[in-house]
Amino acid sequence: MRPLAAVQRWLFRLGRDEQVPIVLTQRRIFIVPTRGGIVFAIVLAVMLIGAINYNLSLGHALIFLLAGLGIVAMVHTFHNLFGLRLTPARAEAVFAGESAYFPLAIDNTRPQPRRALEFAFSHQPVVRAEVPPAGRATVAIPHAAPRRGRLDPGRITLTSRYPLGLFRAWSYLHPTFSCIVYPRPIRTPLPPAASTAHADSRHGEGGLEDFAGLRPRQASDPTRHIAWKAVARRSDEQPLLVKEFAGGAADELWLDWALTPGNRDPEERLSILAGWILAAEEQQALYGLRLPGHLLRPAQGPTHRAACLQALALHGEPTR
Amino acid sequence: MRRRPGVALELGAVPWLLAAALATTVPHAEHLPPWLSALVGSALLWRAWLWYRRRPLPARWALALLVGGCVAGIAWQFHTLLGKDPGVALLVVFMALKPLEMDNRRDAMVVILLGYFLLLTHYFYSQSIPAGLWLLSTITLLTATLIRVHGGAQPVAAIARLACLLLVQALPFMLILYLLFPRVSGPLWGLPQDAYSALSGLSEQMSPGSISSLTQSGAIAFRSQFAGEVPEKADLYWRGPVFDDYDGLTWRARPPAGGPARADPLIEARGQVHAYTSILEAHNQRWLLALDVPTRLPPDSRLAPTLEVLAREPLRVRSRVSFVSALDYRASVAEAAAVLQQSLALPAQFNPRTRALAAEWQSLPPREIAEAALTKFRHEPFYYTLQPPLLGPDAMDEFLFTTRRGFCEHYASAFVFLMRAAGVPARVVAGYQGGEVNPVDGYLTVRQSDAHAWAEIWLAGQGWVRVDPTAAVAPARIEQGIAAALPEGEPLPVVVRIDADWLRQLRNRWEAANNSWNQWVLGYNPQRQREVLSRLGLADADWQKMTATLAVLCGTALLIVTLWTLPARRAVDPVQRAWQRYCKELARRGMARAEWEGPLAFAQRVARERPDLAQLTSEAAACYAELRYGCQGDARLGQLQQCLHRLPPQRRRKA
Repeated sequence: MRPLAAVQRWLFRLGRDEQVPIVLTQRRIFIVPTRGGIVFAIVLAVMLIGAINYNLSLGHALIFLLAGLGIVAMVHTFHNLFGLRLTPARAEAVFAGESAYFPLAIDNTRPQPRRALEFAFSHQPVVRAEVPPAGRATVAIPHAAPRRGRLDPGRITLTSRYPLGLFRAWSYLHPTFSCIVYPRPIRTPLPPAASTAHADSRHGEGGLEDFAGLRPRQASDPTRHIAWKAVARRSDEQPLLVKEFAGGAADELWLDWALTPGNRDPEERLSILAGWILAAEEQQALYGLRLPGHLLRPAQGPTHRAACLQALALHGEPTR
Repeated sequence: MRRRPGVALELGAVPWLLAAALATTVPHAEHLPPWLSALVGSALLWRAWLWYRRRPLPARWALALLVGGCVAGIAWQFHTLLGKDPGVALLVVFMALKPLEMDNRRDAMVVILLGYFLLLTHYFYSQSIPAGLWLLSTITLLTATLIRVHGGAQPVAAIARLACLLLVQALPFMLILYLLFPRVSGPLWGLPQDAYSALSGLSEQMSPGSISSLTQSGAIAFRSQFAGEVPEKADLYWRGPVFDDYDGLTWRARPPAGGPARADPLIEARGQVHAYTSILEAHNQRWLLALDVPTRLPPDSRLAPTLEVLAREPLRVRSRVSFVSALDYRASVAEAAAVLQQSLALPAQFNPRTRALAAEWQSLPPREIAEAALTKFRHEPFYYTLQPPLLGPDAMDEFLFTTRRGFCEHYASAFVFLMRAAGVPARVVAGYQGGEVNPVDGYLTVRQSDAHAWAEIWLAGQGWVRVDPTAAVAPARIEQGIAAALPEGEPLPVVVRIDADWLRQLRNRWEAANNSWNQWVLGYNPQRQREVLSRLGLADADWQKMTATLAVLCGTALLIVTLWTLPARRAVDPVQRAWQRYCKELARRGMARAEWEGPLAFAQRVARERPDLAQLTSEAAACYAELRYGCQGDARLGQLQQCLHRLPPQRRRKA
């Protein structure tokens, strides 16, 4: 098996595509007859025998025209892929058990449309795309995401049988795709707010009750805390200011690894934490996340939610 | 085994497939039993209805039953499942029923391949020009269907355009393969019995009415092209079978006499000879129609003792043969006594009046006997007609003394009867007389309606001499053709009687086109291929040479098609090119422009880092920015290009 793999690696130029966009050149496109194409050839051979036997001159003409059609179809199938420029884009994070979609922009510089392009990761569903003449199309290629973590979908096979289905041209694309897969959320009741008074938490700090001054905004600050009036007063390009509050510890929620049932599987505990994050976000509560070796201070909003879920997704993985 | 689920067929592709099925089966309706055509039509209609109402396809077992029923029906109709006609019928049935289980792309592919196969079977029945055109349009439809099946929904015009483009690109391959693919002369195995049904022409015997029924057909018997001038119409006697055995009703060719093999007939050609090439339509007989009398024969043929040319095999395909003939000749001056004896034989009874008349002439020299008979035809009220009355057992008596109405076979046989009864060796020759030159391509066209019968008598010192009694009755038949000789109202085919000039011209053009088609498309056999190739400079090509040439030419064509379909390289904007070249030169000098850097920003950076290049670069950048984003047109393009040349030469790197 080893030598075959080496041949494959050489023939198909396996390896990641570092350069973007990926341009499909001759060397990257492979073409073989499909099963239909082989049957077509057999049918032509049978027809030729018939035409010779019955001395059908016009039959010869028909067979030769069809043979020419086959050859021309090969060229067209090849050209359907030739010169395409493919640009990978970022994939949106998904929850485990869902399908991740990897977007790929396809640019066609030729005045002919490209039709029936089929994209698929190996052993994954196929998605078809068409690119208008001298235009661009975007395709989202699905890949099942059964486990949390960082999903590396591997290489894409781009196939085309257009126009006649007698030949199959394909190319392997291996852009550096990755997608964060969050743990599959398990909905359990949120931990009681009282439990926020954790041993090492600095009680009363960063609350929402009492105004405690202004500070420069950070990405994780909710927009409704921006001190618009204060911003409006200052004309120069300063970072936005947010109001800081103190107190109100009751609203502060700590989603702690230690609060999840200790007798469960670690993955399940991460799933429970994911469920909590979703619930806390829905209740518009301020929540923080505490994992072994990782701590996210309480905040709220989509960015915070994503950061928390990502922390869960990558928990225990070597950081990159 | 469970079928692997294929790629589901789009609903939108179904009408295309049904149209393809229809287009390939409809022409077969002509030669299929009506119940089968009706069944095919209703199966396709049913499938169309299912598609229209988005109904599920019928169950497998129902289809299996239907197919079994159809196969049984075909077996019952044709008494067999082997052979051409039942085979075609089976294919048609499969083509009609396959769409009823067609739900994925592989089934669609099967339908298309069946369609291509059915196209071939059309040529069992006709290989005419219309059939060829039908081929082109149907193949376009089938190809368009394939495109629709594999390419998804798209405008019909786009599909049609691509299908036509593919076919146009396939044409050169077809031509190369057609010319160079080593031809094998078939058949490879014994053909089924029904392979040569409907062929018409002269038959092996002649009875009253056999030639007049042939003249009802305007079909072409053969075409000839003369190397020199076409001889006079009255001299164009095309010799077919010779009949010298009469049983009182029917003339037959005598079976070859036993005993010593007869010597080859001796022909002494006098005067001018004519070389010509004929394209003979298949007639399923061995004789090749040559102008009286051939002196040089095509290969694989021989001259029979009765002077007709016989091929080795019955003529089952349209064939191209070349002859040289002499119109003035003496043949078989020293004919064997046995042959002469047989040329006097008559049935023992019947026709007493004719025998009595001949007995009166017996004392005359042979030539005068013939003259006396012709004089009788000329002066008595004989009529030349396609509709003679029926004759009884004393056929000659009735014809010569009572009815006096007949066609050429009546005159020829009566004349020969008279000669034999008077002691002059005589025989009947059947063949064609005359022909018409098609001004479009110069070919002489001879039709079945030109079929004729005449007589030959043997004279001592002159051999066999042709006597045409019809000429005595209706001289116009020989000089102007049958349409002139027969009065209006005689049942002649329309093509023969065309009077309107434009119609005649149209017919001539059509037949000339057909002639080229026959020679170049249908008659392109191994022999013709060798001829053509040697004319193209590929003398005595064997299959290896041909295959090599074929491969080279196909490769060239493939290259051309590939280049044709390759995207035209986008013309690079000259402004862009000049600027890129400038930046490249600068990069060599250590100042690479970053991808994201605009021209002016780049110039500023150059000014900071490389003061020596600052001025030129800011000029070039200003030019580029002006050309790109300004509104003064291409005025400063030259200046930008100049900047490149004004760059100081590159400094040598110190080693």
